[in-house]
Amino acid sequence: MPLSDAVITGLFAKDLELAPFLDHLPVGICVLSPERRVRGMNAALEGLTGFGRESVLGKHCHHVLRCSLCTTRCPLDRLTRDRESITLDGDIIDHNRQKIPTRHTSAMFQDNAGNISGYLEIVEDMRPVQGAAAAQSRGLGFDSIVGQSPEMRKVFQLLPVIAQTDSSVLITGETGTGKDLVAEAIHKNSTRSKGPFIKVNCGALPATLMESELFGHSKGAFTGAVENKPGWFKLAHNGTLFLTEIGDLPLALQVKLLTFLDDKVILPLGSTKGVKVDVRVIAATLHDLEDMVRQSRFRQDLMFRLNVIRLHLPPLRDRGEDLQTLLSHFLRSFTAATRKNIRGFSPEARAVLSGYAYPGNVREMRNIVEYATAVCTGTEITPDNLPEYILSAPSPAPPSPERSDPYPEESLPPVHPLQNRTWAEVEREKILSALDRAGGRRSRAAELLGWGRSTLWRKMKKYNLE
Amino acid sequence: MAHKLLIPIQGDDVAPRFDLAGEVLIIETDDQGAILRERTMVMPQGSAEDLCTLILTEDVDTVICNGIEDEYYQYLVWKKVAVHDCVMEHYREAVDSFLAKQNETK
Repeated sequence: MPLSDAVITGLFAKDLELAPFLDHLPVGICVLSPERRVRGMNAALEGLTGFGRESVLGKHCHHVLRCSLCTTRCPLDRLTRDRESITLDGDIIDHNRQKIPTRHTSAMFQDNAGNISGYLEIVEDMRPVQGAAAAQSRGLGFDSIVGQSPEMRKVFQLLPVIAQTDSSVLITGETGTGKDLVAEAIHKNSTRSKGPFIKVNCGALPATLMESELFGHSKGAFTGAVENKPGWFKLAHNGTLFLTEIGDLPLALQVKLLTFLDDKVILPLGSTKGVKVDVRVIAATLHDLEDMVRQSRFRQDLMFRLNVIRLHLPPLRDRGEDLQTLLSHFLRSFTAATRKNIRGFSPEARAVLSGYAYPGNVREMRNIVEYATAVCTGTEITPDNLPEYILSAPSPAPPSPERSDPYPEESLPPVHPLQNRTWAEVEREKILSALDRAGGRRSRAAELLGWGRSTLWRKMKKYNLE
Repeated sequence: MAHKLLIPIQGDDVAPRFDLAGEVLIIETDDQGAILRERTMVMPQGSAEDLCTLILTEDVDTVICNGIEDEYYQYLVWKKVAVHDCVMEHYREAVDSFLAKQNETK
């Protein structure tokens, strides 16, 4: 009996035709006979493959789907009595000869005697997902992280690659640069995304408590341990454990973490039996771990194990055009949240915000815009709506602890901004100094400043230095 | 007129995908449409580009295949190769129906 004649009986008050029911579903569905011949397909699969259901009735499924999996890794071959469904990614070629990335979920129907009654193939169009991933890799942003500067584009291009591995990651960067967001984005885009993401601040608890919180304890392990506690490692099983401020982890616990990274086994307090857990560790710190190793405050072997993949997030002052992008982004999100009709920043307010050094990086900028949105009563944010401290004391940019200068012997002389000078003046002076050092060669000057050539060109144009 | 036919195959069927076919069948026919020579070639790996090169070096007149990407379809057509795609059959049936159609047009 073809799918068009099938009915659903007993589920609703009246018998219902199956085909129109399947046509309402947004994913492609194909029903196959035990010989893997097409018994029917829904409207979504007709649209995806470009073949009408009548024209392919009785054809072998590999002729109709024309999927890359059909040749070597047919999902139906992998289904067994114990494994009744499987999901694999592949691509199909549609009737218009276009290759379409797809996700295939195949399921097997068996009767009570275990004989195969047929198969169900669900085909999802992955173009929207891959389109979003491509947009992310072009540097327009990744997950909830916003940025278009060359520095951030490099990070965005790395993130999908990092997400697909299962190695430990060490994220470094100043406070407020978005280490937490990056860790979450890695988890969300990894194969562990359906598992838990647990964030632990290693500096938030005293050492004695931290061990029990991280690794759990057995009942009676210490006074007050009235029941077994699983610990964060166990709770993060099949997911990701994000250890933020890893530099603040006590030395004794560093050894225990090291053991876990080696054996993937945790030993809860008071327990003699190790527990095997499958957890990916992502660590983050604003400290210079190499320096901490030199001062014997951090174990070198632990640093090597965490440092499998290292990701450095640039401070906001090195992100060039992201400053304006982020200002607009935060203003949009806060005006939407507060339901205010604020169209933008006045030129004066924008100048003040552009000239500020943001030692607290993106987090500080976010707070400033949130404050300005809250106090603004008009349709434009003016300097009066900005926090007092920005107007009175423009802070100079603090040196980045993680940043290594590629030309130490030719490092730029420090430029100390005076109280009565704006950040723009200081930046102009930095550019002139770099150009002087580089003998007028712009590419060299850009390297000395740690900028891309286009950033230098844009800033030179801005300060009339051409 | 003598004719050369190439069919990417998988088992006994026309291969579902041109770019992933591991084997090809090359058939040469005489002026009357009778099969003169038939041989199969195993491809070192599935590759649409390698297959296009083979089609051109072998001076193939017609390709019978199933799923082929537009880029390769247009390239072969541009190179004056007739391409019949979306063929979802046993390869022997596909050859027979192609030859029968050719004889009809004579």
